[in-house]
Formats: sequence, C-alpha cells, structure tokens
Amino acid sequence: MKPAPFGYADPTSLDEALSVLESEGESAKVMAGGQSLLPLLSMRLASPTTLVDINRVPGLDAVVVGDDGVRVGALVRHVGLLHHAGAAAVQPLLARATANVAHPAIRNRGTTVGSIAHADPSGEMTSVLALTGGSVTVATPAGSSAVDWADFFIGPLETSVHGPAVVIDAFFPALPARTGTAFEEISRRKGDYAVCGAGVTVTLDHDSRVTSARASYISVGLVPEVHDLTEAVVGQSADTADWAAAGALARTLVDPDGDLHASADYRRLLVGVLTERTLARAAQEAQNR
Amino acid sequence: MSVSTERTISVTVNGVPRETTVPVRRLLSDALRHDLELTGTHVGCEHGVCGACTVLVDGQPVRSCLVLAVQVDGKAVTTVEGLARDDGRGGEVLHPVQTAFRECHALQCGFCTPGFLMTMAAGLEARDQSTEITEDEVDEIVGGNLCRCTGYANIKKACRHAAGLMREEAQ
Repeated sequence: MKPAPFGYADPTSLDEALSVLESEGESAKVMAGGQSLLPLLSMRLASPTTLVDINRVPGLDAVVVGDDGVRVGALVRHVGLLHHAGAAAVQPLLARATANVAHPAIRNRGTTVGSIAHADPSGEMTSVLALTGGSVTVATPAGSSAVDWADFFIGPLETSVHGPAVVIDAFFPALPARTGTAFEEISRRKGDYAVCGAGVTVTLDHDSRVTSARASYISVGLVPEVHDLTEAVVGQSADTADWAAAGALARTLVDPDGDLHASADYRRLLVGVLTERTLARAAQEAQNR
Repeated sequence: MSVSTERTISVTVNGVPRETTVPVRRLLSDALRHDLELTGTHVGCEHGVCGACTVLVDGQPVRSCLVLAVQVDGKAVTTVEGLARDDGRGGEVLHPVQTAFRECHALQCGFCTPGFLMTMAAGLEARDQSTEITEDEVDEIVGGNLCRCTGYANIKKACRHAAGLMREEAQ
C-alpha cells in the first residue's frame, strides 16, 4: 500500500507545469488535491513516472462569481464551495452537491475541478457540471480552450484531454429564473460513495406550471448524462404534478450497473425514488425564485 | 523545473520545527511515523477510507495517507501527540476531546482513537460555541472515521460531551 517510485515536480507557474508535462510525456500525471489519485497510487492501480503537483501554481484558487455563472479554479477545495454564499446564490447546486462529497477531511484537501478531471461516475461534481451545462478550461502549451462537458467525459476515469494539459477551471452556468434545484444521495454510510444520487432542476412558468424537469445521476452509468423528464410533467402545476410519473420515466432512461453494494435493479429503483423526491422539492423552490 | 526523487522538507510538527529528507513518494503518515518517530498517528487502510491517520495541516483535518510528505513543506502539522495543552506549570492537560473519550469510554482497542481525536478536536473547535451540538453535527464530524470495536455509541457520546466541555470553556 505504498506508491511505486515516481519523480515529483511542484512548478510555480502554469507555463512551467505545462513544460514539465511536455518533457515528461504521457505517463506524467497532474495532481491537485490528490484525494482520488493517491489511493490509486497506493493501491498501484496507477503508477505515473512523474507527479506534477500544481498546488504552488498561483491564480488557480479563485471562485469567481458572475451573473452568468460561477468559475471555479483548479485549486479550490470542496470546502471552499460548500461555504461560498455568493456561488450558492448564483448556482445552488454547487453547495448542495459539495455537502455530499465525502467527509470534512477529504473536502479540506480534495478539489472540485480535480474530481471533474478524474471523471469518476460516482463523483458528485461531474454530474453537476453536466446538469448545469458547464464546461472546463483546458490549458495546453498551445493555449487555453473551453471544452463543453458533453465533449469532456469519455468513459469512467477517462476524459478527452490527452498530452500535456492542465484543467485550470470549471464553469458552472447560473441557474435560470423560476428554476429550483435539489440534490440527494443514498449511501451506505454518511459521506460514503453514493449507491445512487440525483441532482435535478425544475423550471416553472409564471402560472407555476412545469416547463422543464431535468436530472443527472450519480453512480449510474459510465459517464455523466442529463435526462430530460419534462414530457412526464409538462404543463402540470408545481404543487400537484405527477412526480412519480417522472420517476417512472427516469427508470426507463438509465442503464445502471450492479456491483457488490447494489444490483442494477436496485439502482434503477433508487433512480425512480430519488427523482420523485428531488423533483418535488425543486419545484417548491422554483416557486420562490 | 527539475523533477526530484528525494527532497528535504521543513515542517513545524506540534510546534517544533523539524527537518527531514524523504523520498518524494513518502506518504505524510509514514514520514510522521518513520522519519519523525511520532507513532501516535495510526495507519489503518492506507487509502483514505478509515480516517485513523487523520492529522491537522495548518489547523485543518486531513488524512495523512492521502498527502505526500513533500506537500507539507513549510506547513504546520499537528498530531495526536500535540493535542494536549500546556497547563502553564510545566505540565500538560488533556484536550477536552481526550477527557471526553476517557470519561465516556469511547475507545476499546484504541487503534482508531488518534484519528477520531484529531477529527473531533478540529470539528468541535470550528463550530459556533454559542449553540448546543446537534445529532447531525455529531454524525458529520465522526462520519469519516471507522471504529471496529465500539459500535460508535460511546464515540458519539464523547463528541457531545466534549462539545459541552468546550462550550463551557468558551463562556
């Protein structure tokens, strides 16, 4: 349970980080919080030749809140989003989802952008990036570019980013008007990986009738997906909408795997239950926004 | 930018400046135990699940098996050996969480105890001392640590008791 030998660099600028990544080649790995990477190293599921620790790179630790959304730097720890009132006002899913990320000791160290770049389908923030229609900024020696969430996640623990590159921030668009959100997980122990989790948004018109209902799930499927459940509840009143019908629809749309902790059928059941619960809560919240 | 396989780091451990040379792959948990000979920090699962190795880095609880020793260069680390406080007469008094663990019988074999103590001390010190602790807060504080002996009832009791002691101190 010790990492295999590797070389270590802790550059003090982004250019320096990119140049080390370029010279060390494909088997170099970027580390921010390390809360997912170090277990992989200790279990020797990964053995990069070089770790490029970006913790000393300046300018990556900011949460920038604008009217259009929240930009989260690569060194912002989960705890930094959990208690960020400004970010929560623009996009409430950030604090709500972060509260479900592991335990305080992990949240103090682990970064939101790192967990997105890690692309674990049981991670909360990957689904939140998808549900909010977000993107990441990828810096390479040739320059920086935005990559939409849908083009970023390729498979479990796999993204479209290869070669010398650092994900320097993630952008979560603001929540639209008359829209509410909810986030809930079922886990075997508090703070443990979710057996199943759901993040949802519900948008209402000015007569409090549903115009949109969308969901993204945790620990369900290989990559984050957004499911449009609007057809099950469109035009219905926020107070009396048939959320169970939306839950039933969701169960037909997902394709969960079974594992030691839950069968695929049980996960599908949880998708229905969590969808019904969270949509009802999000609709109530939407009426007050 | 040079890539190194060994580094000399300076760390303030329990208030004492220490310097040691470590291979870069050395986990903080191992550096504390092997290089600095502070064996109070226990190593359980070594992949971030059990919480036994929790220490404070710049006052924040972190799992020392999920941090490289080189990453705490220039930082302050507090281990369970540094939890008791100076009594002002050349001795030490137990931290309220240590007192509470003793009074509530919150340990049996004691292996997980250092991690619980560090997590709980930081969690309770960070909370608003003007309010009584809630069950949710207790679950949030102890939820990341595993104990295979006690069944948690007495650990949670100790958490509530320590919270009370710390509230009294604050008033």
